[in-house]
Amino acid sequence: MLVATRKGLLRFDADLELEAADFQGIPVSRAVEVQGEVFAALDHGHWGQKLHRLRGEEWTELEAPKFPEGIEASVDYLWEIADGRVPGRLWIGTNPGALFRSDDAGDTWVLCQSLWDHPSRGDWFGGGRDTPGIHSICVDPRDPERIWVGISCGGVFESTDGGASWEVRTEGLRADFLPDPSAAIGQDPHRVLQSEADPDVFWQQNHCGIWRSGDACRSWHEVSEAFGFGLAIHPEDADTAWFVPAISDEERRAVDGAMCVRVTRDGGRSFEELREGLPQALCYDLVYRHALAIRGRTLAIGSTTGNLWISQEEGATWRALCHHLPPIYSVDFRRR
Amino acid sequence: MARVAFTRHLLRFFPDLAEGQVEGSTVAEVVAALDGQHPGLARYLCEDRGGLRKHVNVFVDGELVRDRAELTDAVGPTSELFIVQALSGG
Repeated sequence: MLVATRKGLLRFDADLELEAADFQGIPVSRAVEVQGEVFAALDHGHWGQKLHRLRGEEWTELEAPKFPEGIEASVDYLWEIADGRVPGRLWIGTNPGALFRSDDAGDTWVLCQSLWDHPSRGDWFGGGRDTPGIHSICVDPRDPERIWVGISCGGVFESTDGGASWEVRTEGLRADFLPDPSAAIGQDPHRVLQSEADPDVFWQQNHCGIWRSGDACRSWHEVSEAFGFGLAIHPEDADTAWFVPAISDEERRAVDGAMCVRVTRDGGRSFEELREGLPQALCYDLVYRHALAIRGRTLAIGSTTGNLWISQEEGATWRALCHHLPPIYSVDFRRR
Repeated sequence: MARVAFTRHLLRFFPDLAEGQVEGSTVAEVVAALDGQHPGLARYLCEDRGGLRKHVNVFVDGELVRDRAELTDAVGPTSELFIVQALSGG
């Protein structure tokens, strides 16, 4: 398991024992395993955004994505790293809202110009950060040329040609903070994930609630008004998904001072609250969008208060692996 | 050649970095020369567009550089440069 925190990256082995602590003291915005290698995005306060790759037991600093000559923009934040589902291919989403592609396992990066030039870009805006950012990248397991991205704040966009062109996919979403809540552009999908079991099913934890799509994002259907960030889909059941509710906007903390995970097992028609083993008083933990992960039946949650909780039975009970880590930005399971 | 000294924080990423003499008649030329000796160092000091990072400061003979965007401040043959990071909390 990879746990990216404000003070470095922690690696846990398959038995959830600490294996290594990397980049001590340095904020790690995201860490994932792609095609057997670990990629870590570092957010140095002074020295900028860096990208590192773990191959075997050796870390190498790679040249991080940057904009080509002629574009007056700088990468402020590496927010998401995704498997391109072709050997050597990765995608990275950044602030400002840009998508970069590598076909050589991260050695070199190219801006996805068509998304940067998308005519809707003028209507994108920052949410929580000064600039819009790409935090979700879904690459279709059936076709690596088919890609969806989630942009806060912008919406969901789909490419069916490997990133050469993009269509807005926000039909059915609602953004109460916009003058026109049903506007196609400016939606705030906090997290967008595609079901591995049924790739036409997508879930979205949005700023204004939870939405599901059964037609590959062509239309979205609201299933709950709950605010939150994290989302996990059962790898074998597209109708089962977990969420971590929070108090919205002005406060951003656990609801009623108690930690709760919500699960639906029927596609969003009903939700069950999972609380056993989680603190139920004086709890201020917030779970960021990349900090809820699943592998098999094991779920992991990392919070801004430095709690790292594990459930090995799909959330029925939880135990804290650690109570006093730095703020946690991202949790991801390794595939091995 | 100008003499260049660094914040010790850079040693973590460039362990071979040491105070020494570097060619260059502008700050930009000095940074380019340093990047030749320590590949990747310029990306730590400068933004993608080439200007100094917001929290990096360069002093030439005790004076903060004026041109943070293009790094055109002159460097003399006996100049002393000091490359530091701004202090920040947390």
